[in-house]
Parts: sequence; C-alpha cells; structure tokens
Amino acid sequence: MSDPRLPASYLQPGISSFSDFLAGESPELLPSRRALPQGQAGDLAPHGTTIVAATFPGGVVMAGDRRATMGNIIAQRDIEKVFPADEYSVVGIAGTAGLAVEMVRLFQTELEHYEKIEGTTLSMDGKANRLAALIRANLGMAMQGLSVVPLFAGFDMRQSQGRIFSYDVTGGRYEETAFYSVGSGSLFAKGSLKKLYREDLDETQCVTAVLQALYDAADDDSATGGPDMARRIFPVVRVITVEGGRRLGDEEVAEIADRVIAGRMIRPDGPGAPLTGGTTGGQR
Amino acid sequence: MSMPFYVSPEQLMKDRADFARKGIARGRSVVTVQYGDGILFASENPSQALHKVSEIYDRIAFAAVGRYNEFENLRIAGVRLADMRGYAYDRRDVTGRGLANAYAQTLGTIFSSGGEKPYEVEIFVAEIGDTATDDQIFRLTYDGQVADEQGFAVMGGASDVVAGYIKERYVADSSLEDVVRLAVAALGHSADGDRVIDVDHLEVAILDRTRTQPRKFVRLSPARLNGLLGERGPSSPDEALPEDTQPGSASRGGNPDDPRDPTDQTSGHVAPLEDPVTGEPTSRGDNGQQPPVAPPAPDSGGAPS
Repeated sequence: MSDPRLPASYLQPGISSFSDFLAGESPELLPSRRALPQGQAGDLAPHGTTIVAATFPGGVVMAGDRRATMGNIIAQRDIEKVFPADEYSVVGIAGTAGLAVEMVRLFQTELEHYEKIEGTTLSMDGKANRLAALIRANLGMAMQGLSVVPLFAGFDMRQSQGRIFSYDVTGGRYEETAFYSVGSGSLFAKGSLKKLYREDLDETQCVTAVLQALYDAADDDSATGGPDMARRIFPVVRVITVEGGRRLGDEEVAEIADRVIAGRMIRPDGPGAPLTGGTTGGQR
Repeated sequence: MSMPFYVSPEQLMKDRADFARKGIARGRSVVTVQYGDGILFASENPSQALHKVSEIYDRIAFAAVGRYNEFENLRIAGVRLADMRGYAYDRRDVTGRGLANAYAQTLGTIFSSGGEKPYEVEIFVAEIGDTATDDQIFRLTYDGQVADEQGFAVMGGASDVVAGYIKERYVADSSLEDVVRLAVAALGHSADGDRVIDVDHLEVAILDRTRTQPRKFVRLSPARLNGLLGERGPSSPDEALPEDTQPGSASRGGNPDDPRDPTDQTSGHVAPLEDPVTGEPTSRGDNGQQPPVAPPAPDSGGAPS
C-alpha cells in the first residue's frame, strides 16, 4: 500500500526554485530534458521572429510581430510571442515556438513560485539570471536547430526605471540600454530604432517608435509579419511602468498602427531623420 | 525484564488529540469571513515577515494556526503541489478541494501513525469561485478531518469567544469595509472586554473576485487597513499624567482638626458641618458619637467633574 500523504520532497524546506524542484520531482516536464535523436530538427516546428523593446522615462515597451514561419510557409498569422513574466516584467521569445512557449510557462511559474514561497519578489537581476539558467539548459537542443532566444524587459523598482536584457543560446545575459531587438528581423528593427529613438519619448511615442521598427523589419524580412490590414491583426504591445504591466488593447494598437501606415502611404520608407542632427541626441 | 504498559487505542488517540489541541489553543485566533466580493482572512500577528495567511494559487489561499514550522512546511508543500499541477495541466485545474484532500491525507496519516508526533496545526484552505455561492472554505484539523465551513470560521486561541462574537453580527454578502471591521473587532473581543488592535499588529488578506489579474490574493497594507477601519478610538489607554504617578497626600498628624475647612481630611471626633448625602446641617454638633466624613476636596484632580 502506498503512503497517501504528500511525498517527503514536497515537505522538504529549502528549495524556492520551481525548476529545481521540478528537476528532482518530474524531470520529464522540463523543456530542456527532452531526449532528441541526432540530426537537425530546426525545420520541424514553427519559428517565431522579431521582438523589439525600448525604454522611455518611467517604463519600458515590448512589442512582437504576429507571424510564425516554417521554412517558406507562414505557420501562423496571429501567434503571440510577448508574454508577461510577472506583474513587473515581460518576456518576448524568438526561435522555436513550441519550446519558447513552454519555456515562458516555466519561467512564469518560476517567478511566481519564488514569490509565494519567499514572500518577496526576485530582484530584476535575479529574474534575468533565472531566465539565463533556463536558456543555458537548452543548449543541447539549440545546437540541433531548436534554439530559443528571449528578450527580457521589466521595470526595476529599486532603480525606478525600465531595463532590457538580451540573451544568446548559451545562456549569456547582456543588459541593453535604450532599445534592443531579437529575431530574424532584428537587424532592420535595430537600424530603424537607431534613427527614431530619443531618450525623451513618452509612452505613446515609444510605442509608435517600436511599431515603426516592426514595420521596417517586416518590410525587409520575409519571416516578420507586417500589420495585417485585411484581418486587422496588429503586433502585441506590452507596456510596463511603476504601476505594473499591461497589454495595450487592440483598438489602441490599431489606432497607432493606422497612423504609422498612413505615414508610409506618403513616404514608404518611414519618417526621415535629419542628416546632421544632434539636437535631440539619440542613444548608442 | 520490564513489560510495556498496556494503553488502550482510545486512550492513545485521546492523548494525542489533547496534545495537539493544547498546542493549537496557545496562539491567537485566525478569522475567515466570506463577503460579497470574496473571502477575508484576519489575525493578530505582530510579525510582518512570518505570515499566518498566504497565497497558494490564483484563487486559493491558506491560513493556519499552531506551530509555525509545521504549518510552514504544509504551506510550501501546498504551493509546490499547486504550481506542479498548474504547470503540468492548466491553471484552472488547480482546485482547493484537491489541496484540502492532500492535506487531510497527510495530517491523518501522521496523526494515526504511532511513531510521529501529531502536527499541532489547524488549517483553512479557501477558494473563491465566480460568484459568492461557489466560494469554499475547508477547515482541516490536526487529525486530518475536513469540514466545509459556511459564512465564517475561526480557529486557534479563544476561538469560541471570537466565533460567538461574529455569529451575532455576521451578515452575508456584506461589503469589504464592514467585514474588515467585524473581523478586527472580533479578534479584539475576549471574555473580559474588547480592545483595539494596532493596525501594525494585524495581518489581513483577501481573495478578491473583482481583481482583474488572475491572482486574486491581496494583502491589505496598514495604510489601506486604516482607511477601511476608520476611527476606532485609541489602541492603548492614555499615558498617565505626571500627577497621577505621585503619591497622594496623606493626613499630617500635626494639623488641628477643623470642621469648617473642607480640605481637611483628618478624621476626628468632629462631625461634618452638613450631611454629605442630603446637604442638611448636622444637628449632632460636637457630640462625638459619629465619626465625621470629610467632604471632597474642590480641586483634587481625581474626581470627575
């Protein structure tokens, strides 16, 4: 007869990390513990693409396009790749969509689990490091083509400012200033933001800037989805301020996106920057 | 060779139950009350770090009395169980009933196993539903019994007195403000009088159905509690005035007894000028048969005006 009580490992104090507990209790549930046969698996599953994040005084914005691709096929038009990690942080993921979604779920549970057990939230750097540990554990699969590259952003209560962290497949964690982008269209998005970003943008202007950057990414990268005017599908935009994170409503994003598109009807390459500027002082 | 004494199973269980019950009654009470928008938990807890009430999952909360290390272990196990289930299945699949069952099995097994000390804890597991009728409060006792509570429940400390106080005043579907006031007043109520508990010594949390986030558990900060509770009177009696601590003036033997002096406190053989009750002049005069009663001093400070 088996013991009906809670297993001893559940009652063991000391571990406040959910992924560590899961590794001991049910390792098969960890996304990084899959046994994979030899060979490249990258073309088997849909890939998510471009994520853009930018800070503004008092917060941070993250936006992601809605396309998932599988080779030359558009696997999904309205996929969501930007998720709340907890109340004050947000994570966007480029790479293998299935693994990414699972990793986000694990990361969300990890943060919430720590908060409930310890009675306090992790610091912004602590959260960024936990995410790095999850990515590092996935290195084996990344080498077979199933890589997951997140972009992490949040509002740091101690420093009272928005912060952005980028990662590589080996779990390297790098703090970015002002703005950053990951995914296949990230080169174009970063180039666009270089010209558009200013330190004194307010929330709406910052959202407009990241939508312009996503438009530029979609313009030059086939795997990044532009605004779908026929189906009214627009990027997912999340804003985090001292009051916490929220997802911008579809109407709100649609209104800004419509203005961006209206501008592109006149000048398809988007707003131009002054040749010898310097009055507004761009970053980086 | 020594023979073990025979102890009947009834006696053994009774002894273990008495032991657990004593440990639980030692602390302060925890009150759980249902209201229109959710469920409220309140307890008197001077510590800001060691909680008696905590979040388990989106709609589930945990409250406990008894030995801290034992219920803390159970709380952590509950969080792990809930997070594990929510991760493996879905957030909607984590239920208060499942959690209460796991706790009941654990407490019951430990209680009836001979080798272990029974847990000296009592637990509430509460879950809010979409409407007030779907709300559930489970009470789990040290021996693994589960009871489904309706409306309100009290455990630990002088739970009968506190529960009696709430029972007289409880109204279903009341507002948060009313229910906080009721719960806090009940915690301050005891057989020998009511006291006002300082907000810093209160631990109050709610499962709030109206919260937009999926996680419905909220702790009420002292500032918010102050707003909800309103004016309750001073939490402690006024400080003693400087003159209150000085010794009273005793009679000095050298003074002559003067019946016309109203401040004269010396009792002698002289009757007062007037009857202290009726105010009539005493007819007895100096006959010395009755000991006189000194009239109160006009401004001694002690007498209420």
